[in-house]
Amino acid sequence: MKVLRNYLKSLFLLELFRGLSVTGRYLFRKKFTVMYPEEKAPVSPRFRGLHALRRYPNGEERCIACKLCEATCPALAITIEAEPREDGSRRTTRYDIDLFKCIYCGYCQEACPVDAIVETRIYEYHFENRGENIMTKEKLLAVGDKHEAQIAADIEAQAKYR
Amino acid sequence: MELFNSLWGALPAELQYLVWTLVKIVVIVLPLMLIVAYYTYAERKIIGYMQVRIGPNRVGPKGWLQPIADAVKLMFKEIVLPTKANKLLFVIAPVITLGPALAAWAVFPFDEELVLADINAGLLYILALTSVGVYGVIIAGWASNSKYAFLGALRSAAQIVSYEIAMGFALVGVLVAAGSLNLGDIVKAQEGGLFSWFWLPLLPLFGVYLISGVAETNRAPFDVAEGESEIVAGFHVEYSGMVFAVFFLAEYANMILISALTALMFMGGWLSPFHGWPLLGPLFDWVPGFFWLVIKTAFFMFLFLWFRATFPRYRYDQIMRLGWKVFIPITIVWIAVVGLAVVYQMPWWFD
Repeated sequence: MKVLRNYLKSLFLLELFRGLSVTGRYLFRKKFTVMYPEEKAPVSPRFRGLHALRRYPNGEERCIACKLCEATCPALAITIEAEPREDGSRRTTRYDIDLFKCIYCGYCQEACPVDAIVETRIYEYHFENRGENIMTKEKLLAVGDKHEAQIAADIEAQAKYR
Repeated sequence: MELFNSLWGALPAELQYLVWTLVKIVVIVLPLMLIVAYYTYAERKIIGYMQVRIGPNRVGPKGWLQPIADAVKLMFKEIVLPTKANKLLFVIAPVITLGPALAAWAVFPFDEELVLADINAGLLYILALTSVGVYGVIIAGWASNSKYAFLGALRSAAQIVSYEIAMGFALVGVLVAAGSLNLGDIVKAQEGGLFSWFWLPLLPLFGVYLISGVAETNRAPFDVAEGESEIVAGFHVEYSGMVFAVFFLAEYANMILISALTALMFMGGWLSPFHGWPLLGPLFDWVPGFFWLVIKTAFFMFLFLWFRATFPRYRYDQIMRLGWKVFIPITIVWIAVVGLAVVYQMPWWFD
């Protein structure tokens, strides 16, 4: 009996018609594609994108060259050199992040005792020449200066979970 | 106009006939090429929609220029000839696939009187031409000097030859029912509304024909000749640029041809679905027959895309089983049934 039923089922293509009805229904489903350059998907405040170095409100750079980020970086993407500044405070002379090595894990941000290095929510950037993948201290500070308001807001938003 | 008329009159009669026929061919082929282009667009859109995507929408308003962009891109690409490929066969193969797909339209009646060559062996001519198309695939696979291409060619040879038989038998049923090989006469034999067309008395043959048609054109779920997940792209792995585009063109032209033939032989061609009905019949009398033909063809063309979006590819032995052990017995039995129905003049259809 079961054999007969299966036979009739396959002879009259019943399962195939059911499949067709599924795709037929989906033809009229609402599409939720995000039209990327015009629309953008929402980004979490925890998003780990392009790096930035921050400053204090008085303009002093936060980084104190403790090299915790360099030590914790699993991809060895960070290179730091430091010496005392004229006023005697300890500052970096070189702070490079190789974005080709970086795996965007966010450990540098977690390790930083002064919230100097952060990963921002910027994800639209590209390199056109060899060497542009190295984010130098100047470039990192520039990113930080430009997006300070957004960075501060994001850090504030997730402060209670840290 | 005066000048044109006098020039035209000065031409010998044979030349006039030749030019006139060429003009007709262009009138058929050019729109066909345009439909092929936009069929690819429709395919991407419809399959996209069935997968809850949007499909191409960047080139031109709503992506309407996408097929043009694709064509231009393919035209400017290099035609790579593989080393040790048979160059002549390699280039000729796509032409062999495209040629029959276009030539078959010669006997196709678009309306009661609208046909390029009204020959009595129309159905035979079409069967013959659709079989020639396989040679292009086989030659392409052979000439490429590539293992994958050769495998694809072998697969498609075996598959298409198998399904040709089922398809031929399905058409035998049609010609028994219609009593003619002339495509126009086949449509005229279906005279009447929706329910006097052949799809109802020949329902099993209709199904067999449609499915074999999908197999004949190497479309999903019977696209083992391409089989991108197993043999990369089958017979056209080595093809690029314009020669690849010609293969593409041939595939889609074939799909349109099969859809149009299905509409013609089982769905009453240019006949109105309400023909001869008491109330709706006169209401739709003003609609030209060509319009009905286009609607029916478009429906079957849509089915091709719907199948592709729905079904996974058959395993090779299943394809062979379906062709030989299911379709051929069904068609043979039903040819006998149709023969009896015609001999004993079964009411509604054959009386």
